[in-house]
Amino acid sequence: MSAVSPAQITAAVAASEPVLVVRDLAKSFGGVRAVDGVSFSVLPGTMLALIGPNGAGKTTCFNMLNGQLRPDGGEVLLAGRPITGMKPRAVWRMGVGRTFQITATFTSMTVRESVQMALISHAGEIWSPFGRARDRHREAADALLAQVGMAAQAERACGVLAYGDLKRVELAVALANQPRLLLMDEPTAGMAPRERIELMALTADIAAAKGIAVLFTEHDMDVVFTHSDSVIVLDRGRLIAHGTAQEVRQDPNVRAVYLGTGATSGGH
Amino acid sequence: MTSMLEITALDAFYGRAHILQGVTFAMNRGEVLALMGRNGAGKSTTMKAIMGLVAPAGGTVTFEGQRVDGREPFEIARLGIGYVPEDRRVFSELTVMENLSVAQRPARPDAPHWTPERLFALFPNLGRMRDRPGGAMSGGEQQMLTIARTLMGNPRLVLLDEPSEGLAPVIIEDMAKTILALKSEGLTVLISEQNLHFAGNVADRAAIIEKGVIRFTGTMDELKGNEAVRAQYLSV
Amino acid sequence: MDPGPPLRSAQDDARFRDSHQAPHGSCMIDLILTQTLNGLASASSLFLVASGLSIIFGVTRIVNFAHGSLYMLGAYLAWTLVGRFGPADALGFWGGVLVAAVLTGLIGVVIEVLILRRIYQAPELFQLLATFGVVLMLQDVALGIWGAEDKIGPRAPGFKSFVVIFGNRFPTYELFLIAVGPIVLLILWLLFQKTRWGTLVRAATQDREMVGALGVNQRLLFTSVFAFGSMLAGLGGALQLPREAVTLHMDLAMISEAFVVVVVGGLGSVTGAYLAAVLIGILHAFGILIFPKITLVLVFLVMAVGLVVKPYGLMGKAPVGHSRAHGPPEPLLLPADGPTKLAGLIGLVILALVPLLAPDHILLTLTELVIFALFATSLHFMMGPGGMASFGHAAYFGLGAYGAALAVKWLGAPMEPALLLAPFLAGIAGVVFGWFCVRLSGVYLAMLTLAFAQIAWATAFQSVDLTGGDNGILGVWPSAWAASKTVYYYLTLSICAAAIVALRLTIFSPFGYGLRAARDNALRAEAIGLDVVRIQWVAFAVAAFCAGIAGGLFAFFKGSVFPTYMAIPRSVDALLMVLLGGVQTVSGPIIGAFAYAGLSEQLMKMTMYWRFVLGLSIVLLVVLFPRGLVGTALALRERWRKEPQPAVSLVEAKP
Repeated sequence: MSAVSPAQITAAVAASEPVLVVRDLAKSFGGVRAVDGVSFSVLPGTMLALIGPNGAGKTTCFNMLNGQLRPDGGEVLLAGRPITGMKPRAVWRMGVGRTFQITATFTSMTVRESVQMALISHAGEIWSPFGRARDRHREAADALLAQVGMAAQAERACGVLAYGDLKRVELAVALANQPRLLLMDEPTAGMAPRERIELMALTADIAAAKGIAVLFTEHDMDVVFTHSDSVIVLDRGRLIAHGTAQEVRQDPNVRAVYLGTGATSGGH
Repeated sequence: MTSMLEITALDAFYGRAHILQGVTFAMNRGEVLALMGRNGAGKSTTMKAIMGLVAPAGGTVTFEGQRVDGREPFEIARLGIGYVPEDRRVFSELTVMENLSVAQRPARPDAPHWTPERLFALFPNLGRMRDRPGGAMSGGEQQMLTIARTLMGNPRLVLLDEPSEGLAPVIIEDMAKTILALKSEGLTVLISEQNLHFAGNVADRAAIIEKGVIRFTGTMDELKGNEAVRAQYLSV
Repeated sequence: MDPGPPLRSAQDDARFRDSHQAPHGSCMIDLILTQTLNGLASASSLFLVASGLSIIFGVTRIVNFAHGSLYMLGAYLAWTLVGRFGPADALGFWGGVLVAAVLTGLIGVVIEVLILRRIYQAPELFQLLATFGVVLMLQDVALGIWGAEDKIGPRAPGFKSFVVIFGNRFPTYELFLIAVGPIVLLILWLLFQKTRWGTLVRAATQDREMVGALGVNQRLLFTSVFAFGSMLAGLGGALQLPREAVTLHMDLAMISEAFVVVVVGGLGSVTGAYLAAVLIGILHAFGILIFPKITLVLVFLVMAVGLVVKPYGLMGKAPVGHSRAHGPPEPLLLPADGPTKLAGLIGLVILALVPLLAPDHILLTLTELVIFALFATSLHFMMGPGGMASFGHAAYFGLGAYGAALAVKWLGAPMEPALLLAPFLAGIAGVVFGWFCVRLSGVYLAMLTLAFAQIAWATAFQSVDLTGGDNGILGVWPSAWAASKTVYYYLTLSICAAAIVALRLTIFSPFGYGLRAARDNALRAEAIGLDVVRIQWVAFAVAAFCAGIAGGLFAFFKGSVFPTYMAIPRSVDALLMVLLGGVQTVSGPIIGAFAYAGLSEQLMKMTMYWRFVLGLSIVLLVVLFPRGLVGTALALRERWRKEPQPAVSLVEAKP
């Protein structure tokens, strides 16, 4: 396994080498090309939004990056090293954190324990059969929770948190392995408008401070156009646009297949 | 004239969590009402409680003068309430036609009568994929199929749970047109929604729910003009 | 010649072994073809039962343990009805068979309406237990009506002769049975694809709640599906009448085979069930020729290889969503607080002081209870924090007992090394069986554990030379120093208490947290670097190892071991102890073990029909206390306290 040293991160930022490079990624299901020759890259400390109609291949694309699906073709490089086709836990060990569309927490644990769990895994202590897990990495867990504004709720059960707070816990868990890349699948789904803005502002701050590259999918155009450094648009498995939020918003093709007139979704 | 749907002091629990704490509101015939609130405020549970999918712990649900709380979901459906769940739940192994046939009920004198052909006029996409399994459709197509399927029961009142959630903006526009088309057919529609832009386009009135209690009811225009309510309960 | 060994239980295999003569076909090819036909013939009844099981599971999400009992009832009813209608007359015979199938369907309706309808909302495991309660009740109902003696049925009119195929005489009834399988398969296909009822059943298989919300009368649908599945099982039993004796053991033998068929074929796939039934029928037919003593091992091997290649069976699909999608979320688990620890300590001190006061027979009962407490705790370890329900945990208990007994019998080992060896035999079996089991989840996993336990049981039963078969191994006595009841009690108490404490500590260790993380959300666990499969595998092996400790102690306590130590009822005993105590609590299994073992012992003394009473108690328990005793007590305590956060914690408690 390879932890990322701060020096490495600083070096990467300085050189502005992309953290994630995706080349010609492809996946078919029963003859249907779900993802078809997609290439892009993400720079450290920046936020890249992946948008597109339902069924465009966003989730498939995401699952190939996090290891849940094995690509049929193409390659995925993390800081120059191939992670194509690795299992999710191996991808995680390479330094990729991840949040889920449907919040995925450990309901039988407290907020702090959930973060401790990730820290225990990161420290390679999972096979230890004795000694109380609650006593391990307590300070580190509290520090992560403080970062996402959840320190006050550390003792609460994950099962009873408000939805927006759950998302913050997820973020803290995803940050536990000091990732270089954060993958967020519809991070603000189901949240109220103000909560959305707050969560993504927080994510952007952390990403910039630590030099983490963030790739996220999103349907809320307010979030996309406020918080992304650049946007890529998928349609029927192919990349149809790539640029800044402003460029993508003006793209007639994107308006036709995805954005529409903007009457019901706001933001543009 | 009495209301079509009257909900009075509805209480419901999920596990041991008290989700609905005396929800009270009413719906008039032919209107579109948006039930708004944050995630976890009780929107979905309200719909499930109306439908009998969550057993209410207290309070009453009256539909066209008839008490329906405590009845089985299938009985409530047969009285003319159609339910479209938030997570779509198409029968993924069944074809489009089979999905529709599951929900088929006899025509009703006081509600529009739907046939597959009429539905395909409303949702042209579905007509082109009659024999496709539900599982092989995109999210937007599945959402349309779920609505079409519910209409096969010839309901008078349709409950749409978060119809715009997780859909691309361009599909959300189609969804808004669909809801307005249902309204013009004379149907009464209750939607649960977080998206104020969307609700503003389709709804006549709004009810805001927060922690299991209705905090505001009024016309859509009243809601738009009431900054305080929007900021407090919708976090806009 | 002998109509060929049909697919049947291991008991029957053992019984038939002596009477079986190697066929003297002139040519190898003839032999192969004949055995293939035998296999196909025996596959039909198995297919009927398995498809019914599969259809019922699809719609109601209940794994009907009692499906084998319905098969048995079908056979008994057919025996009675055919006898009454006139066995010689074609109308009498076939009329009897069909009426028996229909009556079995009606019995299914009664079971569904009286019991299942009340527990559709209960957790999966409780539903399974309730259906096992029905198994026990029906066993005694059959015993009461038909007696303990085996019943031999008449030959089928019109199918009494033989045809000569490949130089061998082949009974025409077997040919008829071969045809039944595909015909029923075709009928089922038409029913499901071409009728409205079939469409509704397929829809309900995917989302029964939604079907109800769309105006379909769910009650009627569920009852009709249960009746239909029961009828298929009854028909399967009735059709066996000319082939094999009707016995009281048909139920469990058939249900474990049906589980194997359903797992191999893919849960919910009728075509898969047919293919798997044929595969297993043929394997049995050849296995009995080639390895007469280990036919089940052959079946096991094929199943194992199959599941590695296709984890959800030949025609099965991965379950949609994760396995825990329907249950309520797991409550918070906290370590014991001060008073709870004190209560545990006081309990232990009381147990340690008992020999000073109590008479010998109480001491014997207590020794057994302490062993069962460890047995139940080991099962709880994999079921509770591990989220893996085992329906065959007795395998490891039994292997522990056999490990100790075999060491004594064959190695002449004294008690101390034999006790040390016991858990290792169980642990190794846990490593091997567990490797397969942890690749599945939920009911698939439960069925597979049950099948493995049946294999362990059958091996002990069939390997007469090694294990003494049904006669068991006798003379497994403790060393001289531990021979007194009091000393053996202390030995048991110290070993079991130490093992229970160790398991408890593990639950709150990093490994235990990892195990719970894997249970709460496997996807999330993988995404933070946890190797979910390996964690569950290790937990499985640890649970087997600890059950082996209990088994070894039990062998020396009883002085003998028998295959029944590994039989299904003992596995269900362990499940009952855990569920009675409450699976979500750490101390539940200990309390459950004491409550259950004490109760069942009293019952057995009281009435000959103790199975019926026990079965009824299980059913009532599931209907009345779906959260277990400790779980219910905790819920009451919480309600009484009126905590401000009602949905939060389920705190630990000890008596």
